[in-house]
Amino acid sequence: MTQKLIIIGAGMAAGRALEHLFEANPDAYDVTLFNAEPRGTYNRIMLSPVLSGDKAFDEIVTHTAEWYEEYGVTTRFGEKVVNIDRVAQTVTSDNGEVLAYDKLIIATGSNPFIIPLPGHDLDGVIAYRDLEDTNAMISLGEVPNAKAVVIGGGLLGLEAAAGLALRGVDVTVVHIMGHLMERQLDEAAGYLLRKALVDKGITVKCSANSKEILGENGKVKALLLDDGTELPCDLLVMAVGIRPSVALAADAGLATGRGIHVDDQMVTSDENILSLGECVEHNGDIFGLVAPIYDQAKVIAKTLAGEAAAFVNKEVATKLKVTGCDLFSAGDFAEAEGREDIVYRDPARGVYKRLVIEDNRIVGAVMYGDTADGNWFFGLIKDREDISEMRDTLIFGPAFQGGSPLDPMAAVAALPDDTEICGCNGISKAQIVAAINDGAHTLDDVKAISKAGSSCGSCLGLVGDLLGVTLGDGFKMPEKEVVCKCTDLSHDDVRKLIVAKELKSIPQAMQELDWKTTCGCHVCRPALNYYMVAAWPGTYDDDGKSRFINERVHANIQKDGTYSVVPRMLGGITTPDELRAIADAADKFDVPTVKVTGGQRIDLLGVKKEDLPAIWYDLGKAGMMSGQAYAKGLRTVKTCVGSEHCRFGTQDSTGLGIKIEDAMWGAWSPHKFKLAVSGCPRNCAEATCKDLGIICVDSGYQILVGGAAGLDLRETDLLVQVETEEEAIEVSCAFYQLYREGAQYLHRPYKWIAKVGLDWVKEQVVDDLENRKALAERFHYSQKFYQIDPWAERAKQGKDAHEFAPIADFTKVAAE
Amino acid sequence: MTDFIDIGSINDIPLRGARVVRTHRGDIAVFRTATNNVYALDEYLPGKAGPLSNGIQHDEKVTDPMYNWVFDLATGEAQGADEGKVATYDIKCEDGRILISATAVSPSVAAE
Ligand code: SRM
Ligand SMILES: Cc1cc2nc3c(=O)[nH]c(=O)nc-3n(C[C@H](O)[C@H](O)[C@H](O)COP(=O)(O)OP(=O)(O)OC[C@H]3O[C@@H](n4cnc5c(N)ncnc54)[C@H](O)[C@@H]3O)c2cc1C
Ligand code: SF4
Ligand code: FES
Repeated sequence: MTQKLIIIGAGMAAGRALEHLFEANPDAYDVTLFNAEPRGTYNRIMLSPVLSGDKAFDEIVTHTAEWYEEYGVTTRFGEKVVNIDRVAQTVTSDNGEVLAYDKLIIATGSNPFIIPLPGHDLDGVIAYRDLEDTNAMISLGEVPNAKAVVIGGGLLGLEAAAGLALRGVDVTVVHIMGHLMERQLDEAAGYLLRKALVDKGITVKCSANSKEILGENGKVKALLLDDGTELPCDLLVMAVGIRPSVALAADAGLATGRGIHVDDQMVTSDENILSLGECVEHNGDIFGLVAPIYDQAKVIAKTLAGEAAAFVNKEVATKLKVTGCDLFSAGDFAEAEGREDIVYRDPARGVYKRLVIEDNRIVGAVMYGDTADGNWFFGLIKDREDISEMRDTLIFGPAFQGGSPLDPMAAVAALPDDTEICGCNGISKAQIVAAINDGAHTLDDVKAISKAGSSCGSCLGLVGDLLGVTLGDGFKMPEKEVVCKCTDLSHDDVRKLIVAKELKSIPQAMQELDWKTTCGCHVCRPALNYYMVAAWPGTYDDDGKSRFINERVHANIQKDGTYSVVPRMLGGITTPDELRAIADAADKFDVPTVKVTGGQRIDLLGVKKEDLPAIWYDLGKAGMMSGQAYAKGLRTVKTCVGSEHCRFGTQDSTGLGIKIEDAMWGAWSPHKFKLAVSGCPRNCAEATCKDLGIICVDSGYQILVGGAAGLDLRETDLLVQVETEEEAIEVSCAFYQLYREGAQYLHRPYKWIAKVGLDWVKEQVVDDLENRKALAERFHYSQKFYQIDPWAERAKQGKDAHEFAPIADFTKVAAE
Repeated sequence: MTDFIDIGSINDIPLRGARVVRTHRGDIAVFRTATNNVYALDEYLPGKAGPLSNGIQHDEKVTDPMYNWVFDLATGEAQGADEGKVATYDIKCEDGRILISATAVSPSVAAE
């Protein structure tokens, strides 16, 4: 007698298992196939082409009514199995019918995970799993001006977003992590993917936390984020992951973990019940791609036929197809001890490739933009092939063994002709190339003929690269000082390119500037972050994680791990109330040392990290804010008592110092910036060794720049003498801005002036009045965004609270 | 088998961020990397480096804020010319929760 086989679920797993079963013996079993969906097996993977309009649903059906008939399969589509009775060996369907089995296969797949946000049960909140979901998205495309939000920046979410966008829907993707598809891609590839999606008109929000789904009359209306942003939508797709569908099996008392436990033969803890697909757990692994599931289908068919077979979970590469984007990832690409990266970037073509090497073998690969060699690399990973012989050219793929190495000047070559290379003289790339073609074959020639590079000189690196690109081997670039081992570019090149190419995030800058490492190091990250803070006030998202700890927590770390707290005292002036508040805070927080600093203010040394927000809160109540004694930015403005009190004083040096500090506090710069204002040439405020000093004289104000009294000792030079306070403030701000825009990270003004020349600085801020004004205006504009007291933000608004409190404290749990 | 203790949600630590777990035997720094891996290491290499949770992260490494030593987050090993190693502890993330090895935070037993 033929045995009765019941299969629960007609998904891709069941479909493939039946094919193998019938291939071996069409008559072995009398098969009944249940499916909760009102249809048989179709190729679920191809729902995305259906969504985007490339395919009709009919084209992706793999098993037709005729096929089931041919093999005598009794189909019960649209019927759900609600119970399994293992003792009686029966299943109960949702219409109450009870059927007996000899063998049972559970192939229930998985359920999309729905985050239980308030509003998740509103109409118009869907997952992306089956034809119904797909059709809901397709119909939205027919509504004019429709908006959709997709929660989840993984494969499925992006497929949904790309499909919706192609159907004319205005789509926003909300992703909780810092970059898209973080499980398959590293930050650099994630950046490229994001860029491609944004080019398709999709809005992408990373590091965004969803808070609530808002509705109206039971229908979805908008998604509300943690930060208060409201994203209006007519449809909300949640694509945040799947969970193996185990409830039915667990209720029947089968062994389950994350999935239904199966052995190598795909048999569950009951010998008459087998299982395969996304619902199973095998040796601790669960499955979300069809490749291993198809292997399981082969094994289950053999097991049912009474033949020996064992399932082995092989490593899979994910060749990912987000509509229109080329991605590949395989193996393990986490950094670890003993692992090295080979990175190739071609910013012009938007290509990124990375191989992770361990013990002369490739263990992981991530690729974006050009994945042609993906399978070759995947083969090397799987076969654990020794690659030491071809290491140098490996990244170029099989076709390039022995091929030409990457042209390091690609970034410059790819710049559009009208890109301004020399900002001082307004010279474009095309003009420089023309000069070179006219016979200027050295840096000096180019300077003489085109004027490019003849002023501040910070564009010379790029001019050199253009000489190289244009003349080929005919030009030898003078050695340049690179930022760090992560790049071949100098600080000047990086600054210029950030502006020329409008680079606005660290991963973007690293990709477009051909960084050699995946995410930089502690040397280049802070520099890049500063350059973008300076270039894009108001639009750049400052990356606190790329700042040294002092700037991240707004206090100076001490050798014992405690912190020092220095409140600002504009111009060195304080009040009895402020002093009382400082004294009270010192008492309340057991501050071990209170010291008067060399910068005319008071330092509370030895504050515990977790007390910082609270001590700032108390100081803030008394009107004090951060003195930024930790910042690569404006530090102090020292003053003397001046004409208000001193018999020699010529001007109100204290008042001017306060005005300048009031205008400048909060500004970030390449290095720290210190000022002093003295009321007469006796110079009690030591203005002649500051980055910018002002000496008041009878006829006005002498503005001095480029002093130093730290590692180097250097007296200031006179920049200009002006008559009024207003001019003194304008020149000071213009000078600071010129330095902020031009100097390399960690150069104090005196080093920068040594490079660009005091004469050039004078041209910019003294002779050219219009330019002076423009510089000062740019400074004040930038201050709109950076003059925010960081202590108040943290003490009152709870910003970055995670920086200060431990995540867990087991010392408060009594020791056993 | 290792017992694990829940110390919080993965969202309690920002990407590329780190926080401290206080124990009777000293602080443990818990890192979350850009690729969402979690690691647990001693906060200090006594007399040499730390507090590591205050460092700058890049790849699966952290640069010590005091003397710029670079440590591998997985092994606790100092990189380059510097020699030294901080203890590492079993830690994992499951369903959005961070779980640390119970022995790491227990008052009495020494680190593995
Ligand atoms: C608190 C203070 C000493 C004091 O008690 O007076 C101080 C303390 C530190 N200074 Fe300073 N400097 C202090 C005034 C000075 C001065 C004097 C001045 O500003 O009039 C100088 C020389 C003037 C100058 O800068 O040219 C000075 C030149 C330095 C240097 C050398 C800078 C250089 O370019 O050569 C460093 C190292 C650096 O910044 O890289 C430094 C670095 C430091 C650091 C931040 C070291 C560090 O990175 O940990 C110190 C923090 C100590 C701590 O544990 O809190 N400190 N430092 C002074 C704070 C002034 C303020 O109110 O903000
Ligand atoms: C849009 C999309 C794109 C994808 N792209 C890829 C890709 O590019 N590459 C790749 O490898 N994988 C991809 N996948 C994943 C792949 O489709 C799945 O791994 C595969 O379909 C799993 O097969 P399965 O049979 O285990 O589950 P399913 O195909 O989900 O089948 C399970 C079936 O069981 C039914 N069922 C559940 N419970 C019951 C019950 N109690 N009674 C009756 N019936 C029940 C369900 O209705 C369902 O039809 C994609 C998935 C989606 C949704
Ligand atoms: S600098 Fe001149 S004005 Fe100022 S306190 Fe000294 S002597 Fe008086
Ligand atoms: S930018 Fe070319 S000389 Fe200043």
